[in-house]
Amino acid sequence: MSEQAPGAVVAPPAGHAPFTASIPGCEGVPVSSSRAQEVLHPNRERYIDVAAALRDAGFVTCADLCGVDYLRHMDRALPEGVARERFEVVVSLLNHADRKRVRLRVQVPADDAVCPTLFYVYPGAENMEREAYDLLGIRFEGHPDMTRILMPEDWEGHPLRKDYGVGRVPVQFKDAPGPR
Amino acid sequence: MSSWNGLESLSHNFLTGRLEDFVKWSRRMSMWPATFGLACCAIEMMAAGTAEYDLARFGMEVFRPSPRQSDLMIVAGRLSQKMAPVLRQVYDQMVEPKWVISMGVCASSGGMFNNYAIVQGVDEVVPVDVYSPGCPPSPQTLMHSILTLHEKVRTGEITRRRAVSGAGAGVDLVAEVPGWVQPLPAPVRVGTPR
Amino acid sequence: MSDEHPTDAGRPGTTDVLDGERVPGHDDFERLIEAETEEGAQELGLASSTSAVELLIEQGGVLRLPESAVLDPGAEDARFGEDDTMILNLGPQHPSTHGVLRIMLELEGETVLRSKPVVGYLHTGMEKTAEDLMYVNGATNVTRMDYLSPIHNELVFALAVEELLGVELPPRATWIRMLMCELNRISSHVMWAATNGMDLASTTMMIFGFRERDMVLTFFEKVTGLRMNHNYIRPGGVAAELPDGWEDDVTAIVDTIESRIDDYDELLTGQPIFRERTEGVGVMGPEVALALSATGPILRAAGVPWDLRRTMPYLAYDQVDFDVVVGTVGDTFDRYAVRLNEIRESIRIVRQVLERMPAGDYRIQDQKVTPPPRARIDESMEALIHHFKLFTRGIEVPEGETYVAVESPRGELGCYMVADGSNHPYRMHIRGPSFVNLQSVPPLLRGALVADAIAILSSVDPVLGEVDR
Repeated sequence: MSEQAPGAVVAPPAGHAPFTASIPGCEGVPVSSSRAQEVLHPNRERYIDVAAALRDAGFVTCADLCGVDYLRHMDRALPEGVARERFEVVVSLLNHADRKRVRLRVQVPADDAVCPTLFYVYPGAENMEREAYDLLGIRFEGHPDMTRILMPEDWEGHPLRKDYGVGRVPVQFKDAPGPR
Repeated sequence: MSSWNGLESLSHNFLTGRLEDFVKWSRRMSMWPATFGLACCAIEMMAAGTAEYDLARFGMEVFRPSPRQSDLMIVAGRLSQKMAPVLRQVYDQMVEPKWVISMGVCASSGGMFNNYAIVQGVDEVVPVDVYSPGCPPSPQTLMHSILTLHEKVRTGEITRRRAVSGAGAGVDLVAEVPGWVQPLPAPVRVGTPR
Repeated sequence: MSDEHPTDAGRPGTTDVLDGERVPGHDDFERLIEAETEEGAQELGLASSTSAVELLIEQGGVLRLPESAVLDPGAEDARFGEDDTMILNLGPQHPSTHGVLRIMLELEGETVLRSKPVVGYLHTGMEKTAEDLMYVNGATNVTRMDYLSPIHNELVFALAVEELLGVELPPRATWIRMLMCELNRISSHVMWAATNGMDLASTTMMIFGFRERDMVLTFFEKVTGLRMNHNYIRPGGVAAELPDGWEDDVTAIVDTIESRIDDYDELLTGQPIFRERTEGVGVMGPEVALALSATGPILRAAGVPWDLRRTMPYLAYDQVDFDVVVGTVGDTFDRYAVRLNEIRESIRIVRQVLERMPAGDYRIQDQKVTPPPRARIDESMEALIHHFKLFTRGIEVPEGETYVAVESPRGELGCYMVADGSNHPYRMHIRGPSFVNLQSVPPLLRGALVADAIAILSSVDPVLGEVDR
């Protein structure tokens, strides 16, 4: 468990109870609200169970899965009870019948950047998890083909990490000021 | 060609001219491009080949998928690190004489993507003859660059440059083929194709 | 193992997939599922009671080999899989792929068994670049992802930024955006029809399609200044007002295209060779499509009436009247028919926009978001300073994160944006529909011939710019 960086705490949505609280399997998961969308924050251990519970409750499609590296923004707003880490895996699920979206944000520590795979719950997450591994270095345990997808297979480093430079080549202009 | 006075001279029933001129004429009048469209520029390249802009009037609407049968490689789009070896391989598979047009700013210099993923100019991988600016270049710009290339082939400027730098087949044109490299002609106005 | 087909035993519900003339090649499918594995004869459960996930795993359509497996011509073992199958590389330079897509095919004769799409040949690092650029010029980067429908890319980026900013746009800005989006959808689908026709060897369709597309692109050049990659939809509205006479231009476009769609119908739908090459080829049912997160025409052709413009409306789509086109079988022909009819629906929407375009501002006049009108710069010092600050320092977006999605011609195009209060995004992730739709390719190609593989791939309509970003 990494150090608890001090940061903003966001209260759960005021007024009505979050609709996910009534879904079996999602009890006790911290919930926040972001611009009128509900966001669940399961920890790594409960992540797959929560996703499976949501799938059984009608969220049949995984719309998006991506990773975020919060190295330069560790003081982001998170609800109470969520241990903040460097990486986050963000999953966006879609319910066709009720026309709702829900988001899951799972904290993944930097020194143990492993997360269980969503492939057996949502096979559509396969390519997206490979991309998160390729660009951010988050490994997904149990994924059938955990290899790079966008960069060449022998590339070293994970480009989207905040400590990986953009790779800008200095351009020679005549008498040019400024860094660009 | 020296004795070409228009249709009147057809009463002779034969044409004369220098071999080099005939070769250059045939090379530029049916220069077949290889399909190497990578990104957005590929769409404009396809548009240049269709009815509105019509590359067929230059003998070039036949885009050969096989590099062995094509003369010109129009690198249309941004070249990523993973694709660079493929580009080189396709270029090597083309048979001499071959030319390369780098279409768009991403192919010419990396364009707006100055980062880890894009090769900053395809001339780091293949020798380029004409650079075509634009993002994407409109079909008219592409046609202008093609005509510039035709002009260069017509004046022999390309063979002159290759004779000096030895790029390509490694043939020493200056020594082996007398008369191939002509003295510098009058300045070429590349904006007026013939 | 009995000689009878295992599903002949009168069990309900299993024969509809394998039965019938709509699914040619089902003999191969039967052979595949009856084959013995080395553990002996396997008995499969009812297809109707097996979840889509398990069906996909049973089918085993994805070839799990490393990308470099076939690169060494000298290595004999690499090119031959088990049981005398051959591994063939399709691409990345190939006339029939839509961009630099490479597919590794495991072939038994001409039949494709397993396949693996290999992408990354156009990876541009756009998500990393987006963290460097400010919000005001982020649209220039995003617009080059899906280069056939650049307006939708800019739209999703602008919607994400406006969601984080919490601003509401004037109605004219919304309707102008809707007009541009639908025109872009028309030009993208017409372009798809052109390249699809070309892949199926109809060069006439290619010429027809580009002729229509050029009309739309000329209009775009008039409005935005560029034929492609417009950088027109920016956070806060659109970049400039529509030029005078735009109604006549748009009317000419839709009238012409509407009549020419009937030409395409006759050219392709009325042609028996096209019908035979596309009907029954590459069938995908709704459960499998949903499990693979397919969206767009692939999902609608499979029978799921999901179109974000109707189900989760954005812009002003809840105020215009249009139908969501849905297929029945989920084969290549259905995907073609869905796209063709979507052109007609888009024309319907454009006509309604022509009649009902509201007057007003083309962008929100908020100092924190948009620059002042150009004419004011001559008069007012504050306007000049404001303009200068906005184009050098950009706009600041308060902290937060959001996911917005629009319906691009290829499916659900989403943008997940994390803002940290500065003038450039902390993280911008674009959910490219083609990237996710490519996962449908191995199940679709399973059991098809190589020529069908081209038709199927073309009907999935991948645009590599948004696959690789």
